[in-house]
Amino acid sequence: MDPLAIALRGVCKRYPHFSLDKVDLTLAQGSIMGFLGANGAGKSTTIRILLGLVHQDSGSVEVLGHAMPSQQALAKAEIGFVSEDLRLYGSATLQWHMDLVASVYPRWDASYAATLLKRFDLQAERKIKGLSHGQRVKAALLLALARRPRLLVLDEPTTGLDPVARHEVLAELMSVMVEEERSVLFSSHNTRDVEQIADAITFIDRGRIVEAGDKEEYLERWRRIRLDLPAGRSLDQLPGMVSLAGEGRSRILTISDFSDHTALAVQAAGASIHAVERMSLEEIFVQTVIGRREEVKQ
Amino acid sequence: MYLQIIEQIRHKVAVGDWPPGAEIPSIRQLAADLSVSVITVKRAYLELEREGVILTQQGRGSIVSHTPSLSTVVWEQQLGRSLDEAARLGSMLGLAPDEIRTRLETAINQLKET
Repeated sequence: MDPLAIALRGVCKRYPHFSLDKVDLTLAQGSIMGFLGANGAGKSTTIRILLGLVHQDSGSVEVLGHAMPSQQALAKAEIGFVSEDLRLYGSATLQWHMDLVASVYPRWDASYAATLLKRFDLQAERKIKGLSHGQRVKAALLLALARRPRLLVLDEPTTGLDPVARHEVLAELMSVMVEEERSVLFSSHNTRDVEQIADAITFIDRGRIVEAGDKEEYLERWRRIRLDLPAGRSLDQLPGMVSLAGEGRSRILTISDFSDHTALAVQAAGASIHAVERMSLEEIFVQTVIGRREEVKQ
Repeated sequence: MYLQIIEQIRHKVAVGDWPPGAEIPSIRQLAADLSVSVITVKRAYLELEREGVILTQQGRGSIVSHTPSLSTVVWEQQLGRSLDEAARLGSMLGLAPDEIRTRLETAINQLKET
């Protein structure tokens, strides 16, 4: 087992209009986790807790082996954080920011910073307020990466980026991962980015973890099956059935536990299969969240 | 996504870009080169190892398998899959088996002409 970069166990945090409820979340060292949730699902609150910016009411939080929030000073030296609101000073230049970060973090890697400037097509002498949104995100990422943190925490890093900037950011994240001891937690509501670069996924909705697991295994388990179901036949007994859409003979079955046995079971029930399709992470995410919300209602 | 990576690697091996015995990129390196997750590349390598296309040596990375008939094996598998797919699509369109055979013959004849 790889050591854990992040371990949250039974973490609760109560606000007047929102609460995190017994959140368990683990990230193995050397991997990228995509942390997916709708707006307001609890992604940012969870991230603030694991950074020590907000203290949990109960539950334990360990980041890079440090208990949070009590050992947050130790942990923070090794965490790079980039959030949507960025917190850069508009009237200062990127160089000024680089000098500031370098003076605080002794592990600042000036030559890597210079490489990133080129790769991201940024100019150090430009003031932050003159930069586009994409350039600001890349500037913030540069400031975090050149510290060579063991853990990168990114809150919606690709939101609002154009396709080229998005490509540059994802490519840079993946080149960081060539080194085995680095880990990334990356929150998003963009399932496409997560599907591309994440090793593990965690779904959060309304303050609760809905699903967590290995991305490839997860994609492997879900299928959409187009089938022909004669009148009077039923597929009720099928394990892992999420939904059966459509009326009449032509139906669409969504299943979360697909295996070789599924086809046999469908045929044994009297239906014939036209096509078995893989599903995108986005489709799976939406089905999972809607399914869970309906369960809660009942 | 791992299926695409498998396809790309099979192709590189079949056309000789990656000759038998050649070292291939580490899982993490290829993940970085392609900007896809480490686990996806790992999955592709496992599958290719099972097929005998590559060999992974503990702690020494992966190489292209020495099997000389490798590219034949790869194309054989590809042909099998394409034929299955043709049969499936044909029956989905409601074509009779003879019609599907005729279509295949037409395709063969077209290839001869070019």
